[in-house]
Amino acid sequence: MEKNITGKVFVLGNDIDTDQIIPAVHLVYKLDDPEEKKNYGKFALSGVPPEGSGLPAGNIRFIKEAEWQSHYKIVVAGKNFGCGSSREHAPIALNIAGIEAVVAESFARIFYRNAIDGGFLAPFETGKHLYQEIKTGDEVSLDTTKGILTNNTRQTVYQLNPLGEIEEILRAGGIFSYARKTGMLKE
Amino acid sequence: MTITEKILAKHSGRKEVKPGDNVWVDVDLLMTHDVCGPGTFGIFKREFGANAKVWNREKIVVIPDHYIFTADAHAHRNVDILRDFVKEQNLPHFFDVNTPNYKGVCHIAMPEEGFTRPGEVLFGTDSHTCTAGAFGEFATGIGNTDAAFILGTGKLWVKVPETMKFIFEGELPPYLMAKDLVLAVIGKIGVDGATYRAMDFSGETIDRMDMEGRMTLCNMVIEAGGKNGICVADKTTTEYVRARTKAEFECFTNDEHAKYHNVHRFNVQEIEPLVAKPHSPDNKAKVSEVAGTKLDRAYIGSCTGGKITDFIAAAQTMYGEKVKIDTFVVPATTEVARQMKETKIREKTVWQILEEAGCRMGDASCAACLGGPSDTFGRLNGVEVCISSTNRNFPGRMGSKKSQVYLASPFTVAASALTGVITHPKQFFN
Repeated sequence: MEKNITGKVFVLGNDIDTDQIIPAVHLVYKLDDPEEKKNYGKFALSGVPPEGSGLPAGNIRFIKEAEWQSHYKIVVAGKNFGCGSSREHAPIALNIAGIEAVVAESFARIFYRNAIDGGFLAPFETGKHLYQEIKTGDEVSLDTTKGILTNNTRQTVYQLNPLGEIEEILRAGGIFSYARKTGMLKE
Repeated sequence: MTITEKILAKHSGRKEVKPGDNVWVDVDLLMTHDVCGPGTFGIFKREFGANAKVWNREKIVVIPDHYIFTADAHAHRNVDILRDFVKEQNLPHFFDVNTPNYKGVCHIAMPEEGFTRPGEVLFGTDSHTCTAGAFGEFATGIGNTDAAFILGTGKLWVKVPETMKFIFEGELPPYLMAKDLVLAVIGKIGVDGATYRAMDFSGETIDRMDMEGRMTLCNMVIEAGGKNGICVADKTTTEYVRARTKAEFECFTNDEHAKYHNVHRFNVQEIEPLVAKPHSPDNKAKVSEVAGTKLDRAYIGSCTGGKITDFIAAAQTMYGEKVKIDTFVVPATTEVARQMKETKIREKTVWQILEEAGCRMGDASCAACLGGPSDTFGRLNGVEVCISSTNRNFPGRMGSKKSQVYLASPFTVAASALTGVITHPKQFFN
C-alpha cells in the first residue's frame, strides 16, 4: 500500500457483488501466468449493468475496448462492496486493472479480508454516502497514512474511517509478509 | 459465551474470547474446489516452495463441482490442476470428475461424507461454506491467499464475531420451507444486515427441523453478509453425523447469559411463502403480492435448493402434473440423484415424477446457479425471467446481465413451473 494514491476515480453504487466485479464465466484464467491473467483486468467490473457503471452518469466503461488496464486508480462505492462469492479473483481483477484503493461506505467481509490478506488493494470505509458526492473522472488523492481523501476536482476533503489493526497487514503487503515479519512464519 | 465464541476459544487455546478479539485458530478442515483450488495451490507453492508439503493431508478435502459438464478447455484445465496437486501431495479426500467417487456440490457432499462435525472449525474457498454451521460448527468462506496460508500452517487469524440470534417459534405450515424463513430474515435485516457477525438459528421450529432445512438456513447467512451461521448440535445432528463418520466431536451450546448483538423473533405461522425479487436477495415480497408474474424458466438445484428434501417438495407439488415453462432440475450431488431414484411418493420415484412432469434433468454440479461457461446446463443466456431455488439474484448471477431471477423455495418454484407464473404453493396441496 502506497502512502499516497493519486488518480482518477470510478464511482459505483450499493451492493456491487463479486459477479459484477468479475463474472463467474471468467474464473478460468491462470493466475500465475502473467499474460493470461491480464484477462482478469480486461473483464474487471464487466458484470456491472451499464446504467450503474461510472456514476452518476452511468454507461461509462471501466476498461476501454481491447485494453486490460483501467484509466482509473481508485474506486468509490456505496455500501456492501464485494458481497457474494468468496472469489479472490475479485480484488485481483481490480488490482490487475490498476485499482490501488476502494473507498466504500462499507465492505462485505470476505472481499475485505481477501483485499487485505492478499495485499491487492487498500479498502477504506467511509461510513457515509460518499459515492453520491464524487463523480466518475474526478481527480482525487488518498493519503493512506491519515485516511484522508481529497477531491482535487471539487476541492472537497473527507476523513475516512481508520484502518485499525489491519493496517499492519496492508503495510506489510499481505498476510504472508506480515506473518514473516512478526515471526509466525520463518523467512 | 455463544457457540461460535466457545468453538473459537477452544481452537485458539483460550479459556474465553469475546467479539472483536483477533485470534489465530487451529483449523480442523480446509475444503477447496475447481474454481479456487488452482489459485490456492499456486500461492502455496509460491510462498512455501515448490517442494513444500501441506500441513496435514487428512485435513484437506478437494471437491470439483463448479464447471464440470462443459466443453470449456480452461475449466477442464482447472480440474487437471487439482488432480496434479492431489497426486503430488497424496491427498486422500478427492472426489474426482468422471469417477465413481464424483460427488458434485461441495457443501452438500461435505455432510454426506461425514466432514461436517459439531464443534469443529472448517474453512472453505467458497462463500457458502457457512452451510456447515447447521452442524454446530464454525464454518466460513475464505479466499485463495488465506486458504494457501492454512495449507502450509494449519492456522488462520479470525476476528471473533458478535452473534445475532434468530428465534423461530411455531409449527411450520406444510407449504412453507426453511428457504422461506431465511428469505424472511434477509428481507428483514438486508444483504449487509449481518456483516462480520454470526447468525444463530434457534427455537422450537429449528429443534424440529431436519438437517437439510438447517443447512438451507445457514447456507444463506452469507446473503445477509454473515460470517457464519450456527445451529445448536442436538440429537438430529449427532444421529446424522454418527451415521457418516467415526470421528470424535464436541457439541457446544449457548450459555444462558451469552451476549447477543440482538435477538429477532419469528412466529412461523405468520410467515407466508416469499420470493426475493430481482436483483437482490433482500428484495423480499410475499408470493401473494407477486402472484401472476410471468416466467420463462424455473430452476431447482444448488447447495441451497438442490438437496433430497428440496426435490421431494418439488415432486409432491408436481405429481401427475406437467410444467408449463422450461424447468431445470439439478441434484446437488450424485448421492442426491441416487436418493431421488430411490425415494418414492406413492408408486413413483421422485426422479420419475419430475421427469414425467417435463423437467429437464441435469447432472450433479453447481451448474447455472452461478452462470458459469456459456454452455452450462440451465444458464440464462438472454432476457429470461427465472424462478429459482438457488441463493443469489444479483445482476448476471445466473448468466446474462439482462436476465431476471426470483429466488424462492422449491415448493414455490415447482408450483410456478406448473403454471408459468409466480404461484402460491398452496394451490397444489390436496
